[in-house]
Amino acid sequence: MTRPSSPGGSFTGEHLLRELAPQVLGAIVRRFGDFSAAEDAVQEALLAASLQWPAEGLPDNPRGWLIQVAARRMTDHLRAELARRRREAVVVMQAPEQVSVPPEGGSYADAGQDDTLILLFMCCHPALSRPSAIALTLRAVGGLTTAEIANAFLVPETTMAQRISRAKQTIKSSGVPFRMPDEEERRRRLGAVLHILYLIFNEGYASSIGPALQRSDLSNEAIRLTRAVHHLLPDDGEVGGLLALMLLTDARRAARTGADGELVPLTEQDRTLWDRPAIAEGVALISRTLSKGSIGLYQLQAAIAAVHDEAPRADDTDWPQILALYGLLERMTDNPMVLLSHAVAAAMVHGPTAGLKLLESLDADGRLAGHHRMDAVRAHLLEMAGDHDGAIAHYRAAAERTTSVPERNYLITRAARLRNGDH
Amino acid sequence: MKYMLMMHAPRAGWEKAGIGTWPMEDIKAHIGFMKTFAKELSEAGELVGAEGLAGPEQARVVRARKDGTPEVTDGPFAEAKEFLAGYWIVDCESTDRAYAIAARASAAPGKGGVPLNMPIEVREVMSAPPVEV
Repeated sequence: MTRPSSPGGSFTGEHLLRELAPQVLGAIVRRFGDFSAAEDAVQEALLAASLQWPAEGLPDNPRGWLIQVAARRMTDHLRAELARRRREAVVVMQAPEQVSVPPEGGSYADAGQDDTLILLFMCCHPALSRPSAIALTLRAVGGLTTAEIANAFLVPETTMAQRISRAKQTIKSSGVPFRMPDEEERRRRLGAVLHILYLIFNEGYASSIGPALQRSDLSNEAIRLTRAVHHLLPDDGEVGGLLALMLLTDARRAARTGADGELVPLTEQDRTLWDRPAIAEGVALISRTLSKGSIGLYQLQAAIAAVHDEAPRADDTDWPQILALYGLLERMTDNPMVLLSHAVAAAMVHGPTAGLKLLESLDADGRLAGHHRMDAVRAHLLEMAGDHDGAIAHYRAAAERTTSVPERNYLITRAARLRNGDH
Repeated sequence: MKYMLMMHAPRAGWEKAGIGTWPMEDIKAHIGFMKTFAKELSEAGELVGAEGLAGPEQARVVRARKDGTPEVTDGPFAEAKEFLAGYWIVDCESTDRAYAIAARASAAPGKGGVPLNMPIEVREVMSAPPVEV
C-alpha cells in the first residue's frame, strides 16, 4: 500500500489528513466500540482520501467525509462478521452473538480534540512493549500507513503489520475503555506518552544521517504530535518542556552532519545553519514553562539545549549555567548518563581534571562499566588534557563498542586525527 | 534493536550425522519446527529476515586478483571447524529477548527429536541511533 504522495510531499491535504486521523478514529471508536476494527476502517478511509482528494478536490467537510467513509467500512465489516458467525453457528448449532450494526448516517457527537489524547493514552499503554507502542501511536494517532512506519524502522511491511495487529490485540484483551482516564491515572499515563513521543523523536533525529535520511520524518511527526498534546494541555510544564527540547534539538539538524554524512560535534558545528525560528520558538516556550514552577526532567534538558542554542559561537557557551543545570538534573534522576554529561560540563568550567575526577566516581558506580559513552567522554577529556595516547586508546575502545555506524566512524576518525598530530 | 542470529553447524561429522542422514520423521519434525518458529517470530512482529544456506559442499571463497577478477577456491575456509547454516535477523526490544529467541533456535529438534543445542551466535546489527557528540 503506497500513497500517491509521501509525507511532506506536494499534496496539501496530507497535513489535514494527519490532523484529522485521530479525530476520525475517536468518533468511530466511540460509535462502534472495537478499537482494532475501527483503526483498520480509518486507515482505509485515509487511503481513499489520499487517492481521491488530490484529483477531485477537498470535500466541504473533510472530517465528515472521512467519518462517513470509515463508518461505511465499519458497517461492512460488522455485517460480514455477523454473516460469518451465522455460518459458523449453523455448523456448531448455536445462536449467533448479537452484533449491532448501527444505521447509516446517524449523528456523531463532536468529542473535540480530547480524542487525540485518549488515543495517545491507549497507544502508549504500559502493557505494550516500546516498539509496539511506537508503531501503534504512529498509525492510530499519527495517521501514517503501515508501509511508511515499516520504512522508517527499516523492517519488512508484513513484520510491522503484525506488530501493529498484535499491539491492538493487547489493547483489546487489556480491556482499556475508550475514555479519558481520571486525573491521577492521567498524570501517570502522561509520562508514558511523553516517553514514547521522545523515543519517536530521537529515532528520527539521531538517524537523520546518510542513507537513513528519510527517517527524519519521524522527528517531524514527533514534534507535530507533541505540539498537539501541548495544545491540549498548555499548562503542563513537562509537555511544554518536551516540545521545547525537540524544537531546540531539531534546530541543529542541518549542522550536525558534514558533507559526507559524518557527525559534527556541537562545538564544531556551523551555527549559521541552525534553524533560528525554531530556536526562538523553543527558547520562548521553555522560558514561559520554567517561570510557572514545578520543574521536570524534560524542562531541564530543554533549558540546557537553549543555553547551547543561544551561544553565537561555541566559545560563547555559558558553561557555568549548563553545569548548574546538570547539577539540578542530577538531583532529580540517578540516570548515570546525566552524570556523564555533568562531567563534560565540569571539564568545560573547571578544566579536564575536574571532569576526569567525576568519571572516577562513575567507574566506582559501575552501571556504565563497558559502555561506549563512558570511553568516548573519557577520550574527549583526555584529549583536552593533552594526553593523546590515552585519548586514542579510549576513542578506539568506544568505537569497538558502539552499535551506531556514524558514531563509530566519528570515533575512529577522531583517534586517527590525534595519531596524525592533526588537530 | 536488531540482532543477527547465526546458526553454526559443526563441520566434522556433517556427512555422517547431518540432517540428510536422519530418519524421515526426524527431518519432518525439524523442518516443522523451523516453519513454526519463523511463523511465531513473524506474528510477534519481530522477524526482519531469515534464510537457510545451501550446504558447505557448495561454498566457495572468492578473492580479488590484482586485476580485480575473481579467484574462486573451494570453501568454506579450510581451518573453520563450523560453518554458517542459516541466519535470522530479528528486531526486538532487548538483548535478553534476542537471547531467548536464540535459545529457542538452538533447541531445534534433531535426530530422535533430541534438541540439537546448536551454537547460535548473536550479533547486534549496527543500527542504534548515535548520541550527540
